[in-house]
Amino acid sequence: MADPEAPTVDGASRPLSPHLQIYRLTLTMAMSIAHRLTGAALYFGMVLVAWWLIAVAAGPNAYAGLAWFMGSLFGRLILFGYTWALLHHLLGGIRHLIWDTLHGLEPVERERLAAATLVGSIGLTIVIWGIGYLVMGGSR
Amino acid sequence: MNTPHRIVTPMRRVRGLGAARSGTRDFWHQRVTAVAGIPLTIAFMIIVIALMGRGHAAVAQILGSPLVAVVMLLFIVNTAYHMWIGMQEIILDYVHDDRLKLPSLMANTFFVFAVAFASAFAVLKLSFGV
Repeated sequence: MADPEAPTVDGASRPLSPHLQIYRLTLTMAMSIAHRLTGAALYFGMVLVAWWLIAVAAGPNAYAGLAWFMGSLFGRLILFGYTWALLHHLLGGIRHLIWDTLHGLEPVERERLAAATLVGSIGLTIVIWGIGYLVMGGSR
Repeated sequence: MNTPHRIVTPMRRVRGLGAARSGTRDFWHQRVTAVAGIPLTIAFMIIVIALMGRGHAAVAQILGSPLVAVVMLLFIVNTAYHMWIGMQEIILDYVHDDRLKLPSLMANTFFVFAVAFASAFAVLKLSFGV
């Protein structure tokens, strides 16, 4: 594809459209950015999934190492962040799919959907970890 | 008087070259894998929560059982394709210098294949029990 900022035939360089920094930050915009950031974080987070599965397949010793790391404070912080990022990207994805159908785009609706993404992801993360600690007795 | 400027729009450059034909493929595939990813991600989270705190033998047995293994493999393949498109989009948005862009696109492909094959191989090994 042609570089949009490449000089035209007469040598003039023409910026085509203003970028993020000139707009007032809105909730939908922040959630859009968060969707991309959580997506990028989950991209690298898949290394943890691969590590987990490989450790189980490799045997009890490898699995013990992984279980120790995930049970440590640092490991739990990563898993807590992972849980939130996954839920936020999941809910944000559903919101984008709704918008793809041209529903929920009115000023009030789109703000509500964006807020629901944030509230929902934080709420569900706390609920899931609450279940993990209360019902299952936490890390064993 | 000013010399007249020639304005060459992007449309002028591509007119007559024919349709790109594949312009919306990534967009569409990202949505297909997003829709598939909803039930698969929920299933993945349920599997992880169910395995929390269990010993190695139980985890290995459950992950290798046919239903769980198939769901995990679908999750891995679907997620790998979704994150490959997503990271490519991020790279194309922010990296404009070919010397950095092309290696970044390659690294994206290598990373996704490595993670997906490692994960899938582990599940298959557990499932076929060697």
